[in-house]
Amino acid sequence: MEELLKVEQLKKHFVTSRGIVQAVSEATFSITAGETLGLVGESGSGKSTVAYMVMGLYQPTDGNIRFKDKNIGKYHQKRPLELKKELQIVFQDPGSSLNPRRSVGKILELPLKIHRIDSQFNLRKRILDLLDMVGLPKEYETKYPSSLGGGEKQMVAIARALSTDPSLIVLDEPTSALDVSIQAKIINTLIRIQKERNLGYLFITHDLSLMRNIAHRVAIMYLGRIVEQALTKDFFETPLHPYTQMLLASIPVVSEEEEKIKPERITSVGEIPSPVNIPPGCVFHPRCPKKMDICSQEEPTMVEYKPGHFVRCYLY
Amino acid sequence: MNGVLEETLTTIDDKRDDHRTRAGRWWYQFSKNPLSVVGLAIVIFVVCSAIFAPWIAPYPEHAGPYVNYGEANQSPSTNHLFGTDVFGRDILSRVFFAFRSALLMGIVVLAIVVPIGVTLGLIAGYFKNTWIDTVVMRITDIFLSVPPLILALAITSVLEPNLTNAMIAVSVMWWPWYTRLVYGMATSIRNEYFVQSAELLGASKFHILFREILPNCLSTILTKMTLDMGWVILIGASLSFVGLGEQPPKPSLGTMVSDGARYLPEYWWMAVFPGLAIMLIVLGFNLLGDGIGDLFSMEES
Repeated sequence: MEELLKVEQLKKHFVTSRGIVQAVSEATFSITAGETLGLVGESGSGKSTVAYMVMGLYQPTDGNIRFKDKNIGKYHQKRPLELKKELQIVFQDPGSSLNPRRSVGKILELPLKIHRIDSQFNLRKRILDLLDMVGLPKEYETKYPSSLGGGEKQMVAIARALSTDPSLIVLDEPTSALDVSIQAKIINTLIRIQKERNLGYLFITHDLSLMRNIAHRVAIMYLGRIVEQALTKDFFETPLHPYTQMLLASIPVVSEEEEKIKPERITSVGEIPSPVNIPPGCVFHPRCPKKMDICSQEEPTMVEYKPGHFVRCYLY
Repeated sequence: MNGVLEETLTTIDDKRDDHRTRAGRWWYQFSKNPLSVVGLAIVIFVVCSAIFAPWIAPYPEHAGPYVNYGEANQSPSTNHLFGTDVFGRDILSRVFFAFRSALLMGIVVLAIVVPIGVTLGLIAGYFKNTWIDTVVMRITDIFLSVPPLILALAITSVLEPNLTNAMIAVSVMWWPWYTRLVYGMATSIRNEYFVQSAELLGASKFHILFREILPNCLSTILTKMTLDMGWVILIGASLSFVGLGEQPPKPSLGTMVSDGARYLPEYWWMAVFPGLAIMLIVLGFNLLGDGIGDLFSMEES
């Protein structure tokens, strides 16, 4: 399978008045065409920073971002137009991602014009096609964002991301600002479009249970590090890292069937520390129920426990 | 019973139809505040009397170098509603013509000031924390730190005193306000996702500044412009009061007040009526500006 995105040893440190914020310290992952990688973490874990680096809104402090075998780890203003066409993003807040003073038609027209996707005469048909793809009626072309609901706005944002016919879309918590009923609709649309166009998704979220439905692989981030990465099935059946087990144990369940597949109850202790004061050794050790002496002294490295199942923990 | 209910429902529907069009809805909101309507009426009156001055002024020829000592210093009467000045010219006619230069001043100044101030503010705001921001905003600060009327007085007294130079002087002191206003808005709007999205799509700087950010500032700019019309006219009148605006024999409200003030209190009408005219214009634009501001803030919420 064609490898779209390859991120290696990605680092991002911000210099602030309170000290150096180590937002991302170690992120390595890849995404192939037609695949969804779920990047999951609490707020402050650095998952959005990773997404913004992939898009070029931040410049990496260190490490590589390769897209179709080309190094793209630079600021978006220095990226060529063809690359911008290939990479698109859907932001978290649909209210702010659409200009309130521009109609839906105008919003969708912009990328088509910039990238000269089609001749002037076909623009309108293209716009209507895009609306149709995300399941919005064609009258929406003349509507303004203020008259749309949150879910509809997000659909327009998705249509905009699709307009340039990209091969990879970064989804930065696209459903977390929406009602649960609308979430399902958005997710289903995303899955359908992915199948139709063989798209790669980098899905950023804090909602683990959502990942079971959409992600092919899941990566868990904690304090700027990916601590576990596995195929979705392995991930939910045999979670390895104590942090992952803690997260999975905290998902509320309704049926006994679901209860059975949950790992043994691990109560969560404490909160994610500030990325300014990273704990020494394994960054999770202050909260870890299974910590050993070595954990507070030296940081563990990523090991491949099983083919395709990576974990950063001394237990394995 | 059913019939009555149906009738009520239809009337409600009809009322809704009234407000369905955008303009209708705007007027409904705007007219809720009677003061805004008064402001609008004053502005319309002033604008119309300026445009149609040659036809509605009772003595249009009095707006120029006309002298008739036989009718000088007459108090208000049916012939001369606002009385006459020391040259025997009808003050009402001269006020109508003075509206022309007053409005011209406001329009020309804003037409110069708004594009310059807004563009600089957009650029400085979008490039916040770069050298462009520093250069533009520090220059703006320098202009803002000079007392406005003093600056205008200095400029007009160096240049030849006439209406054109008064306009230039007021423009020089007025643009920084728009730069400041738009700068503040642009710095917050540029962080919105829709701006980032346009950047990531590869939109040009021109598009981002003028198509994405500017439309979101327009309502505030428009409100400030309406309010400023009044203030610019007031400053213009102050300049002509000290003899640095429109030169006689052309009528200007400030000059009329300063000339008339010499004959107070016996010939009170010479200063009071042009003074009231200035007040009327400033009041009208202020009330209208407030009304427009309310309208936009309601539209946005």
